[in-house]
Amino acid sequence: MNWLATIWAEARRGPALAALWVLAAALVAYVFVTGSYLIAVLHFAAIYVVFVTGLNIFMGFAGQVSFGHNAFAAISGYTSAVLTANYGWPPLPAAALGIAGALICALVVGYPTLRLRGHYLAMATLAFGLIAYEVAVQWQSVTQGYMGISGIPPFGIGALTVASDRAILLWLMAVAALGMLAAAAIRHSRLGRAFVAIAGSEDAARALGIDVARYKLAAFLISAFYAALAGSLFVHAVGFVSPEVFGLHMVVLAFTMLYVGGIGTITGAGLGALAVALLPEAVRRFSEYQDLAYGALLIVILIYAPGGLAALSRIGRTKSAEPGA
Amino acid sequence: MTGPAQGGHVLAVEALSARYGHVEALRAVDLVVNEGDFVAVLGPNGAGKSTLMRAVMGLVATDGRVSLRGNAVPRRDPVAAAAMGLVLVPEGRGIFAPMSVAENLELGAFLLKRDKPEFARRHERVLSLFPRLKERLDQVAGSLSGGEQQMLAVGRALMADPKLLLLDEPSLGLAPRIIEEILGTLAALNRGGLPIVLVEQKAPLALKLANRGYVMSLGRIAAEIDPRTVTSHDELARYYLG
Repeated sequence: MNWLATIWAEARRGPALAALWVLAAALVAYVFVTGSYLIAVLHFAAIYVVFVTGLNIFMGFAGQVSFGHNAFAAISGYTSAVLTANYGWPPLPAAALGIAGALICALVVGYPTLRLRGHYLAMATLAFGLIAYEVAVQWQSVTQGYMGISGIPPFGIGALTVASDRAILLWLMAVAALGMLAAAAIRHSRLGRAFVAIAGSEDAARALGIDVARYKLAAFLISAFYAALAGSLFVHAVGFVSPEVFGLHMVVLAFTMLYVGGIGTITGAGLGALAVALLPEAVRRFSEYQDLAYGALLIVILIYAPGGLAALSRIGRTKSAEPGA
Repeated sequence: MTGPAQGGHVLAVEALSARYGHVEALRAVDLVVNEGDFVAVLGPNGAGKSTLMRAVMGLVATDGRVSLRGNAVPRRDPVAAAAMGLVLVPEGRGIFAPMSVAENLELGAFLLKRDKPEFARRHERVLSLFPRLKERLDQVAGSLSGGEQQMLAVGRALMADPKLLLLDEPSLGLAPRIIEEILGTLAALNRGGLPIVLVEQKAPLALKLANRGYVMSLGRIAAEIDPRTVTSHDELARYYLG
């Protein structure tokens, strides 16, 4: 039960972090009960928790960079959308096939590019993400271009569907929580230690017998799985998909969430996604200045919590270990 | 242990060369480690000592041969070298700062996979050698003092149950008292049968422990020395000055 210990250790590390979690839980409960318009924002946040938690495994644990994980969300999201809306497949097998397709693409792209280091890898993944976006725009016979695909059915098995806003919120929160628990379990396994060792020093990792290329690929595939899962969750929750959904904007947003939350920590990915999804709502009253207020808030967070929201826990504590770091 | 060239040697390095671009960092180095040896590799900064350690481990591209107990150590494959029992404590320690002490030790036994009893045996041994690590198991490795970090680096290497331990300047940046403590532990390990190669700039320290020594200069082995007969430091200074 290592992962339970991890969550507990991260939570008790500081009252500030625990308070943030209580706040987040209270907000979800409030929105669930009142059915506020914020429910759609929370759907969005939960999907991004999954996406960012996966990206964190590749970037936060293994110390690599990817600007192209939107491609995996696009591949699985569009596969789900096309098979269910155009060919009448049930959602679960469509999503499963989409995720499998994304993983095959991740293997084909990752195998050669993960031999590249630093900004070469970043450029290669950026190109991959841009290509996926262009395909979604140009392959009109399948994706209907900018028009997008609508009428995508919600998740479900047979007559049991996750259709109401409240049901979708519960379903997405459950998947997001499972995703975070799985990430915590990975972090505290032999696999996770190998990832973090590679981030520390590839040579030191090799000298301990860690096959660096193989474990980088493993981290890439696991994070691609999370991204693909997020892509399918999105199209079935919203019922609509267009290229913009999985464009470069997705990458920028995910990076913001990762750094605001605290890269490398498990709770950070979750809190970051929630906070960044909700920020635009908080600054809405500034009307035409809302982008300015949004930017200013981000800067304030990064100045006062440079390690992200998860680092707030360090307030008042000194040398204790950081299980999620 | 076959062939006359490697007969009885724990480690045999033959004509090992390495280059960084146009710079020849190692020039046809020959070196042997025998059963029970504590070998000191001395020499000034830039003599190629660290490159030699990295080259033996397979971390840099080389020409030449390295064999461990008569078996060829594959070149440019540190994972295979580690699996054969070659373990390097790198210059600057190479510990993983964001991970806990316990996790660093677990990574030392990475190749052990899931053999729990064997892991527990090694773990206990390392903690009895370095009791200070036991108190700090849950701390982030980066928060340890320099001396404790070096103990962790050696402890992590021992978790791999090495057939031969290579150490690259473990004394770097440490207080004399701590250095003595760590080198004392190494001497005890060596008396217990573990062959050790110690790279050091601080020659007197290394020569106190070693039974054999090499002096490197400009990427070559400039001399093989017997530590018991090196009485004056003038003799060594000759190599340091080229």
